[in-house]
Amino acid sequence: MFKASICVTLRQGILDPAGQAVKSGLHSQGFGAVEQVRMGKFMELILNTHSENEASDLVRAMCAQLLANPVMEEYTFTLETLV
Amino acid sequence: MKFGIVVFPGSNCDVDCYHAAKVILGQPTEYVWHQARDLSAYDCIVLPGGFSYGDYLRAGAIARFSPVMEAVATEAARGKLVLGICNGFQILLEAGLLPGAMRRNDHLQFRCEVRHVRLENSRTPFTHLGRAGEVLALPIAHAEGNYYIGSQELEEIARHSQIVWRYCDTQGNVTPAANPNGSLENIAGIINKRGNVLGLMPHPERAVEALTGGTDGKLVWTSILKWWEVQHA
Repeated sequence: MFKASICVTLRQGILDPAGQAVKSGLHSQGFGAVEQVRMGKFMELILNTHSENEASDLVRAMCAQLLANPVMEEYTFTLETLV
Repeated sequence: MKFGIVVFPGSNCDVDCYHAAKVILGQPTEYVWHQARDLSAYDCIVLPGGFSYGDYLRAGAIARFSPVMEAVATEAARGKLVLGICNGFQILLEAGLLPGAMRRNDHLQFRCEVRHVRLENSRTPFTHLGRAGEVLALPIAHAEGNYYIGSQELEEIARHSQIVWRYCDTQGNVTPAANPNGSLENIAGIINKRGNVLGLMPHPERAVEALTGGTDGKLVWTSILKWWEVQHA
């Protein structure tokens, strides 16, 4: 079993209105060091597979098909072996 | 002419679309559940607005895998008319039947108000009774109407006159102030290259009675019917 942690964000260069709103919120709280905020979605999947390769292939297929919209989003993920 | 109004779990403009087709146009109209797999009986398929599957993940992302969407793609490939309004437009984008994607409104607010759009392409089955440059007042009601498309594809849809409406002021000027959601180049509605699948964020079905929000939306419905009548004359 593997645990996949997937992060989906808007592609760099695409205006992220929620990120901008949070950034200006942080600035107004005095966190002037914040240069950029990217908002996104975090998903945790438990996968019943035997190999890490199989798990990453599955995650990539699911991201391409449903979890991310390639027109405007990108994703990263990590895998953790569950015992 | 027979209309099929697709109903997803969470559709909420299906009754308005039914009214426009059945009462305003006086045409045979049926609701079609999202589990349907055969839409060959219909001449025009309408994907109505709403919040299919609660807008979970992304607006339209889950509805696009409903069994009915395969049938929609089949009929679209046969040249049938497909009209996606608001959430229906989002579903057509997610399904790849129209190019581009929908982001959250740039101001992050849900906008429910009457806005003006300028007709850019009056040579489609959905708009041929209008004239290019004509300004329509139509209600909008969405939080994800911020249309996005890559710059190369934008050039392509512009070159093929696929941009059908842009948000404008009352005089027809396309300005940033007239843009209610941050949509790229004020785009409010587009059509596929073949010219039989159209999506728009404003609600023409909510503007068919003088008593409730004006009649500018009738242009879309009457154009569809007239186009079909000419094809089948």
